[in-house]
Amino acid sequence: MSELNGSITSRSTFNREEAGSRASLYSASFWGLWLRDWHVLMSSAVTFAIRTVMQPLLFIFVFAYVFPMIGQDVGVAGDASFATVLVPGLVAVAVLFQGISAVALPLVNEFSVSREIEDRVMAPLPTAAVALEKLLFGAFQGVIAACIVFPLLYIVPATDVEVRIGSWPLLIAMLLLSTITAGAAGLAIGTTFTPTQVPLVFSVIVIPTTFLGCVYYPWQALEAIPWLQVVVLVNPLVYVSEGLRAALTPQLPHLLPWVSIGALTVATAILGVIGVRGFQNRVLD
Amino acid sequence: MSLAVHAQELTKVYTAPEPVTAVERIDLEVPEGTIFGLLGPNGAGKTTTVGMCTTRVVPSSGRVTVTGLDVTEDPPMVRKRIGVVSQFNTLDRSCTVFDNVAFHCRYFGMGARSAKRRAGELLESFSLSDKASAMPETLSGGMAQRLLIVRAVAHYPELLFLDEPSAGLDPQSRIALWDVLLDLHRSGTTIVLTTHYMEEADRLCQQIAIIDFGKILVCDTPVALKRQVSAETVVELKVQHPSEEVAGPLRDLPGVLRVEAGDDVLRLFMRERDGLLPRVVEVAQPAGLRDISISEPTLETVFITLTGRALRE
Repeated sequence: MSELNGSITSRSTFNREEAGSRASLYSASFWGLWLRDWHVLMSSAVTFAIRTVMQPLLFIFVFAYVFPMIGQDVGVAGDASFATVLVPGLVAVAVLFQGISAVALPLVNEFSVSREIEDRVMAPLPTAAVALEKLLFGAFQGVIAACIVFPLLYIVPATDVEVRIGSWPLLIAMLLLSTITAGAAGLAIGTTFTPTQVPLVFSVIVIPTTFLGCVYYPWQALEAIPWLQVVVLVNPLVYVSEGLRAALTPQLPHLLPWVSIGALTVATAILGVIGVRGFQNRVLD
Repeated sequence: MSLAVHAQELTKVYTAPEPVTAVERIDLEVPEGTIFGLLGPNGAGKTTTVGMCTTRVVPSSGRVTVTGLDVTEDPPMVRKRIGVVSQFNTLDRSCTVFDNVAFHCRYFGMGARSAKRRAGELLESFSLSDKASAMPETLSGGMAQRLLIVRAVAHYPELLFLDEPSAGLDPQSRIALWDVLLDLHRSGTTIVLTTHYMEEADRLCQQIAIIDFGKILVCDTPVALKRQVSAETVVELKVQHPSEEVAGPLRDLPGVLRVEAGDDVLRLFMRERDGLLPRVVEVAQPAGLRDISISEPTLETVFITLTGRALRE
């Protein structure tokens, strides 16, 4: 065990080298957590891609390829094809699902069952920073998801998909903000619920959010059902869909970009605080 | 001598579902460089006490400093200086054995090359090299425990906490674990472990605190503990003809507390047996001494004397 006996010298060297600043320790530690998550993502890259693509692909295939081909048209307001309406909505769903599947579900498991979270929590970082890393990596996965899904949504439909990126800064801002909101939602869900409650979370929170998130129809079209148009305004997915609609298909009716950005910022703040606090409560006794 | 752990009136009260005092006004002084044991039955408050020292449990009142730092004031720095092996298998199931150690090093701020080098060295030292690319679920209990220790010391901590390290291990793995801990101790690491196995505490620890119902009952070296509570050595003599003729002189020997006679056995209760055995043999020989067995006082006896209960209920 010479390495153990030699470790005292190595240890003091290590401590001197690393005695730099606390900031550099924290950032190195944060980067270490990120690297591990990246490594795990890469080693299951195919699973990730399939999981990300499956639902949006099936939707766009059925509604924008099969339906037009079999003559079962879905009526849309204005001249746009249903496919054009769907594209921003399905990217929004893909991003949201990353928050759930990449952040919430693993966390629920790590806290309750496998306890793998322990080593990360014992890192020399404030606990809030460990939580934030989970949130941000989830957002990062959301960006990758959006980039994988979008080309498919563009090429699969039988009808024209009219994507016009008017403002790249707006698109990038919407994408970043949406993925961070999804990460925050994932953190909030992952630290609040137990494994037995997960099916309930899906049926009571996730599915209604998807169906009432202006994914398949623009918000403005809901003016035919005024009460619904108001009720859905509490759903963060509405602002993701509408925000992406403003960036990708501005010719369609959409909420004003600043409304989407503002609402998502508020949603992120609320969900982020719930998530980080929840993480700290689960970690600390 | 500086203290690796200094706890003063440390208390933890859980409020939900009902108020429960898990740890009550504990004082602990763990000198640097020692192996310190917290011995007590399940539910005594050992894990909660260690949790407070390792920044995982927030104390309700009192104070504890670890390596000189207050745990509530600067948790990240405390975590940098300590290594923790919890009761559970907390290995990262998504990474190989090697990556478990290497990423742990990265979490503690080591660079990529140092992390890889350190992981390789440690796996070699702890005979886990041929499992480097295996996944954690393929490891046996003993190997997994070894890996948990490897990971916990990878970042050169000054102080290592282990919570019930032998739980679930077969006797061979337990002995191997003790060798590992003794080696770590020799290389300068302070070790604090919790256990309900009195043999483990007796064998490894230089100082032991006996804890029950959240309170520290006594704290001293194993030898002093056994002496302090007047635990007795029992010498059992198998003799052909146990009788008062033999029992009387044995009872008269200085140091013998009392003698009990059985069918073919005489039981002598004494404080210490230094120099006494030859005289016992001499006295008992004429009565046809066939066998002699000695039961030293154990920490189990100490615990029973203090609490009226056994360590393992």
